[in-house]
Amino acid sequence: MKFKDGLFKYIALFCALCSVIFLFGIILSIFKEGYPIFRIFGVVKFLFTRGWYPTHEEASFGILALITGSFVVTVGSLIVAIPLGVGSAIFLSEIAGFKTREILKPFVELLAGIPSVIYGLFGMAFLAPFIMRLFNLPTGLNAFTTSIILGIMVVPIISSISEDAISSIPKELREASYALGANKWETIYKVVLPAAKSGIFASISLGFGRAIGETMLVLMVAGGAAVIPKSIFSPVRPMTSAIAAEMGEAVVGSEHYYALFGIAIVLFVITFFSNLITESVKRKVMRAQNL
Amino acid sequence: MKTFMKILVAGLLLVSSTSLFASKNRITMSGSTTVLPVAQKCAEAFMDINPKINISVRGGGSGVGIASLIAKSVDIGLSSRAIKDKELATAKQKGVNAVDNIIALDGLAVVVHPQNPMTEITIKTIKDIYTGKITNWKALGGPDREIVAISRDVASGTFEVFKEKVLGGDKTKEDALMLASNKAVATTVQETPGGIGYIGLGYLSEGVKALKVEGVVPSNKTVQDGTYKLARPLYMLTNGTPKGLVKEYIDFVLSASGQKLVSETGYVPLQ
Repeated sequence: MKFKDGLFKYIALFCALCSVIFLFGIILSIFKEGYPIFRIFGVVKFLFTRGWYPTHEEASFGILALITGSFVVTVGSLIVAIPLGVGSAIFLSEIAGFKTREILKPFVELLAGIPSVIYGLFGMAFLAPFIMRLFNLPTGLNAFTTSIILGIMVVPIISSISEDAISSIPKELREASYALGANKWETIYKVVLPAAKSGIFASISLGFGRAIGETMLVLMVAGGAAVIPKSIFSPVRPMTSAIAAEMGEAVVGSEHYYALFGIAIVLFVITFFSNLITESVKRKVMRAQNL
Repeated sequence: MKTFMKILVAGLLLVSSTSLFASKNRITMSGSTTVLPVAQKCAEAFMDINPKINISVRGGGSGVGIASLIAKSVDIGLSSRAIKDKELATAKQKGVNAVDNIIALDGLAVVVHPQNPMTEITIKTIKDIYTGKITNWKALGGPDREIVAISRDVASGTFEVFKEKVLGGDKTKEDALMLASNKAVATTVQETPGGIGYIGLGYLSEGVKALKVEGVVPSNKTVQDGTYKLARPLYMLTNGTPKGLVKEYIDFVLSASGQKLVSETGYVPLQ
């Protein structure tokens, strides 16, 4: 019996260690494959110049337009998702009655379960032509359309985590607020939201990580032009879609191949820091709740 | 589709590695990603008929295919361009007699929205559109509408033909849309009144209008007789004239059923 206990302990330990091994394995391999491009092309030139022409005779690997593309659609999607997500969280946890909540909540959760390729299909086949006609644009495959769909995809993440944060605010706070004569809206706006702000912030930064890492949807809807957008209606080529579209056909060991891993490093660093921020905020929230 | 192919290739590799001992029943090939889908489809069909034979197909690009053939690490080098004199010389040095077997033709149709009044275009005009010199259909006698230049990803085989036959040494303009598949280009052109795109001949459909290029209608016939300019042959290179299993496989690709797979993949059969 004791032996079995011990064995199980080590198996569980091994499982836990696996994540660490995988993480370091991934970091090591993308840095190993991506590092050469920094040496060949230069870090500054790679990060801060335009001109993504990886297969041209005089190839250039400036990813500034790709980085800009990623940030434009990510920020755009958050502009869509934050009001919708936080708004629905407030409604679900503060305003809706038990019945409404039980009906509405599964729908928000279902939205989270839709594969991103389906969002992409929807965007490509319906939303893009609609946006094109609505604004009389040359093409509907642009940063604006992408932001909207990406935003819809991020809503459930922001909504469910914000809702947890809001629900975990002690009842006493609300009662104290009502006792002071505040109405419902004042209580939500001045007491509940400020108290839940770390949790809401964590949900937003998680949504940011989800949006910037999304690949299939942006590959299908963003238009793929490696250009620094002049307006929100310009097509863009986010980093993820460049990797996904080109890796399959880049010759292993070529500069292009290294450059795609270079993009992966940039993406990894960005998501690493956004996760770090999320985690530290989450810790803070948990500590505050224990007190 | 691409992932599906990768899974297939991975599966094939797995299957073929388990039967290392039966290496006499094995054909290996690598090279151009343009030729790869044809080679893959034909390999599957060929293995269906001859279950004892294993064929492994890998990508890597035309250069890799030719280099592997010269290094004798594959039986067939897949290439979407003719072998260069330099490569031929290296091959001779290593005692490899590289023979290029043309197995299919690859043609590009230039397509616009069905409502676009244009019916033909010159290669120079296509180049001017994609390099950003012409940006409005008005300049070409059409309506006052911005041109949306739609291209394939720069790593694709389709872009490679376009680069070779149209762009020459020039770069596409930065704001050209870069899409991930022929199908996506066709769909987007179909839905974009100001759009222009290029797709493999096999992807032509009712929803888009193919333009005459230099006065020639793109069709299997004009590609086969060489009058249509945006086309090129696809090769399977072998060491010496094909013999044994390799000959059987290439004969299959050239047979009626092989050529049917060629057109299913979006390319132009030889006859």
